[in-house]
Amino acid sequence: MFACLVGPGAAGIDWLEEFTPRYERAGEDAVVLDLAGMGRVLGAPAEIARRLAERAGGGVRVAVAAHRDAALYAARGFAGVTVLAPGEEASRLGPLPVELLDPPAELLETLDRWGIRTLRDLAALPATGVAERLGAAGVRLWKLARGEGLSPFRPEAEEARCAASLELDHPIDALEPLSFVLSRLLRDLHDRLEQRALAVLSLRVSLQLDAAPVHERTLRLPVPLRDPLTLLKLLQLDLTAHPPTAAVLAVEMEAEPAPPRPAQHGLFLPPSPEPERLELTLARLAALVGEGNVGAAELLDTHRPGAYRTVPFTAGAGGEAHPRRPRLVFRTFRPPRPVRVVCADGVPEAVLSRGARQEIAATAGPWRTSGDWWRGNAWARDDWDVAFADGTLHRLSQRSGRWFLAGRYD
Amino acid sequence: MRTNAALQAVLQGRFASEFGLRPQLPPDVLPLGIPEVDALCGGLPRGALTEITGPASSGCTSLLCAALAQATADEETCALVDVTDAFDPESAAAAGVVLPRLLWIRCNGNAEKALRAADLLLQAGGFGLVAMDLADVPPGDGRRISLSSWYRFRRSVESTRTIFLVSGQEPYARQCASLALEAGPVQAEWSGRQLEGVWLPVRRRKPVGVAMEARLRWKPEIAG
Repeated sequence: MFACLVGPGAAGIDWLEEFTPRYERAGEDAVVLDLAGMGRVLGAPAEIARRLAERAGGGVRVAVAAHRDAALYAARGFAGVTVLAPGEEASRLGPLPVELLDPPAELLETLDRWGIRTLRDLAALPATGVAERLGAAGVRLWKLARGEGLSPFRPEAEEARCAASLELDHPIDALEPLSFVLSRLLRDLHDRLEQRALAVLSLRVSLQLDAAPVHERTLRLPVPLRDPLTLLKLLQLDLTAHPPTAAVLAVEMEAEPAPPRPAQHGLFLPPSPEPERLELTLARLAALVGEGNVGAAELLDTHRPGAYRTVPFTAGAGGEAHPRRPRLVFRTFRPPRPVRVVCADGVPEAVLSRGARQEIAATAGPWRTSGDWWRGNAWARDDWDVAFADGTLHRLSQRSGRWFLAGRYD
Repeated sequence: MRTNAALQAVLQGRFASEFGLRPQLPPDVLPLGIPEVDALCGGLPRGALTEITGPASSGCTSLLCAALAQATADEETCALVDVTDAFDPESAAAAGVVLPRLLWIRCNGNAEKALRAADLLLQAGGFGLVAMDLADVPPGDGRRISLSSWYRFRRSVESTRTIFLVSGQEPYARQCASLALEAGPVQAEWSGRQLEGVWLPVRRRKPVGVAMEARLRWKPEIAG
């Protein structure tokens, strides 16, 4: 649903955001408003048109229609307030003159010679005949005359970023009082974003410090969040882990807005943590065990045994399930435990570690692997699977002549 | 004045279904995908604490990974509290664990932090399976975990679909565990310098019932 206001100075109206944040100035005397989804707030189309006319005052024509073009031409063509119900655009706009569509001069002259004066006359022409004689421009006019919406709605560039700042009267050197300042700025940002039905995708906080460089932290969120309390807690946890080095003189906050996440869950989908709570839990876990110790493991594309990296965890992440084969899994010793190995004919017979000797009952190996010699960080190792006399299964690894206990099968 | 029984008889005529015995719903469980173990225990009960115990090289980490593999393959979000930083992603992925769906928390040997991490995860809710790996924690330290902590964990998962799975050398959760399995020790079959396979005995400690033990034989598929 679109509304259009036409009249002297309509393009300069500055109260449009009282009705909607999405509007387009169409020339110097017209402005088009997108009222999609505003029905529950502003009422029926007729009520919206009435309120717009009342707010604009005399001299401004108002029209409401299903699409932008119909609203614009109705407002230009009819005085007062006009409401076009969906489907009746062609019949209501029919009596209006063809000049309203602003056709090129040559086309207007041709139509004039044919005796086509109104939109109804134009709409009554056969489509193929119009296309053959008037070309693409003529077809466009013909479609507009039939009440079709052709022009895309181009709302004025919405503010891509949302920022708030505050200079403090007195420097703050503790996180607790700083939280009150952060809370105030977050609520300010939240209110502004909520007016646009937007959420926060990332949040940058710059703290201007007393005799120290600016302390800057950025929260990158996997899903847009709307709850200011969750954002405040995330900021508090982040600043606790990375505190400013001096007293804070001013705070600047900038949010990157994004459409909020639709919250509809499937009835038969497996449950997963709510993104807001998960994000907060991840931040708390990172504060507890360290940032690098929380995440999802990702195997690296290499033959180097045990090569992986930790990546940020997101709920509902996709992943290819391998064919499942129950098997004896490996437990890694981090770091590998250096040991001395007694060999006979190159085969390990016993392991000496911390002054104790463990006899090896059986061995399999060596499993010889190497790689990355073309990169400069070459590696080569010989692995042995060994069973100690106590029945435990371990992996022995020999690298650069040194022996390590790499882990245990369990 | 009507007695209670008379009143009940009147109501029973109108709302018979409310007074009859309700059919018992089958328990909500997660099968491990290992037929022998599933036949032994029926799968891991949801909304309860399950404990898998066994000494070193007993196969309890393999059973834990089998549960993680089953849950992540079912697109559930899972978490592993790795107390001693011993989880091997490569080996787990080979066992079928879908790594992007597994939140891995490494506690670098700090059991106290591990307990707090498990608490945070269970309070957050929404996880299909939360596992805590205490397998390399010395039994003395494991026994020092207070019973109130285990009660709190059990209460946290009650009335949820979350499985809280603990593996350790000894049973630490005791009466708080709804299901207790004891694994191992594995018995390796060698043929000269070749490891032919491993036998993994699994016993059900709790609940006590008819089927109490199963023996699995796995090809090793290790190293190399």
